[in-house]
Amino acid sequence: MSEAFGTALRLLADLDPKLVEIVLLSLGVSLMAVAIATLLGLPLGAAIAVGRFPGRRTLIVILNALMGLPPVVVGLVIYLLLSRAGPLGALGILFTPAAMVIAQTVLILPIVAALSRQAIEDAWREYDEQLRSLGAGRVQAALTLLWDTRFSLLTTVLAGFGRAAAEVGAVMIVGGNIDGVTRVMTTTIALETSKGDLPLALGLGIILIAIILAVNAAAYLTKELAQRRYG
Amino acid sequence: MKNGSLLPLRLHDVSFAAGGRTIIDGISLEIEAGRSTIILGANGAGKSVLMRLMHGLLAPTSGRVEWSAPERAGAPRKQAMVFQRPVMLRRSARANVGYALKIAGVPKSRRATQVREALDGVGLAHLARRSARVLSGGEQQRLALARAWALHPEVLFLDEPTASLDPSATREIEAVIRAFDAAGTKIVMATHNLGQARRLGDDIVFLDRGRLVERSPVDQFFSKPQSAQAAAFIKGELPWIG
Repeated sequence: MSEAFGTALRLLADLDPKLVEIVLLSLGVSLMAVAIATLLGLPLGAAIAVGRFPGRRTLIVILNALMGLPPVVVGLVIYLLLSRAGPLGALGILFTPAAMVIAQTVLILPIVAALSRQAIEDAWREYDEQLRSLGAGRVQAALTLLWDTRFSLLTTVLAGFGRAAAEVGAVMIVGGNIDGVTRVMTTTIALETSKGDLPLALGLGIILIAIILAVNAAAYLTKELAQRRYG
Repeated sequence: MKNGSLLPLRLHDVSFAAGGRTIIDGISLEIEAGRSTIILGANGAGKSVLMRLMHGLLAPTSGRVEWSAPERAGAPRKQAMVFQRPVMLRRSARANVGYALKIAGVPKSRRATQVREALDGVGLAHLARRSARVLSGGEQQRLALARAWALHPEVLFLDEPTASLDPSATREIEAVIRAFDAAGTKIVMATHNLGQARRLGDDIVFLDRGRLVERSPVDQFFSKPQSAQAAAFIKGELPWIG
């Protein structure tokens, strides 16, 4: 055990090329998924927050429930869609990083949308009368609230990133865990552990936790700084 | 009176109910240009709700609220409102004023000058770059007035603008309200503060439990109230008189 740990630290210290490649692919896939989920999720959250339409409550309940989507189920559904016989089979992207990005996007879009909806709706309760008094329409109000809740939304986006970076089920199924192509931190940890190669798994585990910790610390500090600066 | 004036504002038998409770009960009223109107009444008399009905933030349950020149949806508003607790956007003081101008359709090239004038007018020029939400309560309320000032509204609604402020901040706010009045903006202010009503008002609209009980010029209201409720309210608020 301590030997495995020592080897893991050496892999980190040496910036082992295999390890670096896996880390970079992981970050690339998860960051891309977060970017897309943010681009879609924030406007969606804002629209649901300030919009009034039939079925709104149902939509909110569903969106909240989707936050707990099991990654393996998302992986399975995306797999079926992208498999050769599936409706999107012609794209030919199954077992590529693109498929992994899609799966993670589907996984975290509800998180970004649902949490931003909550943050924006809370702010809307405070701003509603003032904005209407000034003559702002709903679209204008939604844009204003997106900007005014930007620090809460940053936390939301980072929560999405944490979920994407840490999940294993979805990327395992649609990526296939192919060495050098679709192998990311979590799938490597799963594979190497089952093979008994603990040092690489442990090294990646340390990096993964360090990344999640750093991201959360950054989110916390940003929010606190912003609170002091902007109130 | 200039063309397309909003005033007079007419309320025809306006009622408002929420949660099975009648808050405004059959009020008919005309608000003319010129003299400042004070909406006076105890807490819970319906002052805030009446102003929100006038300003269009609430829709009456029954009855009509009619401006002489109806507002078109999406057109810049010619009326503004300052709330008891100002709502500041999470940006600088001047950006808050600039935001109001942007929504009112003022071209970007003219905004900076108007923002500066408005902040100067309320004595906040030195805090222009400061973040609005970290200003003190009094400063935020002055900023709210600057935001309204920049819009040059024809009518300004004020909902107990000094209720949560200390005496010196209150004096500053009242001075700005006088400046609005002097510049020709019609003031409609809700308060339960009799001293403030006297200092700033020309015309009193007195509410009691959602009903319009009395409307009279300020001197007459205080010296010879026409209704028992108004007399009791004045006495209750100024127990050392009489």
